[in-house]
Amino acid sequence: MAVDETRLGEVVETTTTGFWAQCYRLYEAPALGALVRTGGPYPAYAVVHHVSTQGIDASRRPVARGADAATEQDVYLSNPQLSQLLRTEFQAVVVGHSVEGDPRYHLPPSPPPIYAFVYACGPEEIRRFTSNVAFLRPLATSGIAALEEVVAACLSLAAQAQSDSNGFLVEAGKQLMGILPGEFRRVEAILQRATR
Amino acid sequence: MTNSHGPGKYLGVVVGGSLSRGVDVRLDAQSQVEEMALGQHVVIQGSSRRFFGVITDIALESSDESLRGSPPDLSNPIVAQVVANTATYATLRVLPMLALEGALAAVDGPTPAKTVPSHFAPVHLASEEDIQMVFGAEDHRHFWVGNPLDMETRVCLDLEEFVKRSNGVFGKSGTGKSFLTRLLLVGILQKSAAVNLVFDMESEYGWMGTSEGAGMVKGIKQLFPSQVSVFSLDDEHSRRRGVSPDYLIRVGYNQITPEDVELLRETLGLSEVAADAAYNLAGHFGQDRWLRSFLELGGQDLRDLASAINVNERALSTLHNRLGRLRRFHFITERESEESVEEILRNLDRGIHVVVEFGRYRHELSAYMLVANLLTRRIHDRYVRRKEEAMGDSSREPRPLVITIEEAHRFLSPSIASQTTFGNIAREMRKYNVTLLVVDQRPSGIEEEVMSQLGTKLSCLLDNERDVDAVTAGVSGARELRSVLSKLESKQQSLIFGHSVPMPIVVRVRDYGTNESYRELGFREASEIRREMERDASDLFGGR
Repeated sequence: MAVDETRLGEVVETTTTGFWAQCYRLYEAPALGALVRTGGPYPAYAVVHHVSTQGIDASRRPVARGADAATEQDVYLSNPQLSQLLRTEFQAVVVGHSVEGDPRYHLPPSPPPIYAFVYACGPEEIRRFTSNVAFLRPLATSGIAALEEVVAACLSLAAQAQSDSNGFLVEAGKQLMGILPGEFRRVEAILQRATR
Repeated sequence: MTNSHGPGKYLGVVVGGSLSRGVDVRLDAQSQVEEMALGQHVVIQGSSRRFFGVITDIALESSDESLRGSPPDLSNPIVAQVVANTATYATLRVLPMLALEGALAAVDGPTPAKTVPSHFAPVHLASEEDIQMVFGAEDHRHFWVGNPLDMETRVCLDLEEFVKRSNGVFGKSGTGKSFLTRLLLVGILQKSAAVNLVFDMESEYGWMGTSEGAGMVKGIKQLFPSQVSVFSLDDEHSRRRGVSPDYLIRVGYNQITPEDVELLRETLGLSEVAADAAYNLAGHFGQDRWLRSFLELGGQDLRDLASAINVNERALSTLHNRLGRLRRFHFITERESEESVEEILRNLDRGIHVVVEFGRYRHELSAYMLVANLLTRRIHDRYVRRKEEAMGDSSREPRPLVITIEEAHRFLSPSIASQTTFGNIAREMRKYNVTLLVVDQRPSGIEEEVMSQLGTKLSCLLDNERDVDAVTAGVSGARELRSVLSKLESKQQSLIFGHSVPMPIVVRVRDYGTNESYRELGFREASEIRREMERDASDLFGGR
């Protein structure tokens, strides 16, 4: 059966504040900072902040195979089993959930279950969810690595979905000033990246 | 509580502060700090009462210390907009002055604020209605003196309260003191709050005054000819100006007392010993003749006199020398009865305001001081006597009198204020129905006690530290007033505070000098009066 265009993968590890999902196809993880939605009883909205690709057996590192290949593409073409031996996973931080289609900007009562499907959000869904910049609080206070990069990437993607991108970024910047008091330099760095 | 009228522009919310220092208001993102001004009035809507306050300071704040050292990248418009009013913002310091308590406000009017509004109470600029509610509308006792800055509302002085105490008009030279004083005189005249006696040093109140920028302006005699008498010391000068004074003042040598000499001590450059010798002379020759007899002496006679009355010879000779200058004053004659004083009193009793002009003696400080002191002493004595005779029967009491003196610090300096009539009047307040309107550019020269007794102070720009201190000493919120005072514009702006206004206010002083302003002050051209009379006559006798 053909997989839904927007279906990216399934949850493989889950906690209250975030989850790991494995992609159906190698290297087809959503972009850094992208907004995704899970299935399950409390559909969660989450922002992608970490993507990794490695062998399915963590104890065995892949070996080099391209000594005779002309291009990198050739390596995969001549080793069709690779797509089964490698996997792409991404980690996302939960920034809200939806109750009967209405966005809520706090954590769901329970995290998405293992094997919950993960969907990419379309522009309309992104516009709708990010129109309230309250979603930035769980993200900006999550303590993830490369926080500034992730927030900047997320804002950049969200701004594209908004009709008034600049107005959205100003509002988001002011929200961040409140979330990160006394850390104007970080907010400035985020905005600089988001507007580049 | 809901307001029946629309509030002024929203400014922000209260975020802290105290009653003594004033509350801090964080300026809202929509309000531009550059549009704020020191001295503007604001209304703070507390939960149970409204507060009326004045902006006493405006500050720029930042929540992030690093912004001071390295400003943000403002070339990025998003960053610029975000930093505005989040990391950087402005605060206002507002001193709550009055409180309007719930439904009682309409009846009782505002009362002095004894507490502060609660956290996050919204703050608005005071609207025209707010100002009017606090400063009252123009009526039989409220006189319009000016408008708050950037507003058309009229700020009124309660003149009935005003004349009950001595008051002061201060300001550097050229900032509009005379202008303001002239208005006050007109106000007192118009509202019949009291009668004026003006010692008009520069001849600018009675007939034709000058106004910086506006050229010649009408004096009060021109505006209200039937209600003002001009007394002059120098009829020649008056005639030259085309004015015929109503009365010519003459002073007799017999009227000058040792106390007058004491007052002139600094002006004449006399030592204390020399000035005190006048008392010995009065004892020796008699109160009536001492000055005349003393001035007639010379050489050896003077030396004999010194040993006879036991006074240092050199001091006596200095005194002789300096008092000899009085001979230059042509208004001093051999002997005078009390007619000048009587005439002034007769005028005052009839409710006619008196302006004393000095003519060519306007640059002679000693002439001004001598005459002002001499006349005031006599008039004050008479008022004291009559007030005591009336024994509380208000119908027999003399009319309240306001005496206007310029260069007041000469009369009220710490060294002599305790001895002069002016010092007494300033201290005893309204007890004898006589009060002072002190006009001065050097308030720091006036004795502290006198300054503290002034009911209402109207101050134009002062920038000397000591003068500012002197004017604001002993007033609550003095520190805040000081900053307002030294930031006034140099023309037509005045800070009014004290007894006859509910709270300090900066006003743009009402216009004076245009035909419209004269009409507003109640002046009518002769042709207008004639037309009115003709109309009245035709109403009465039937026109053709």
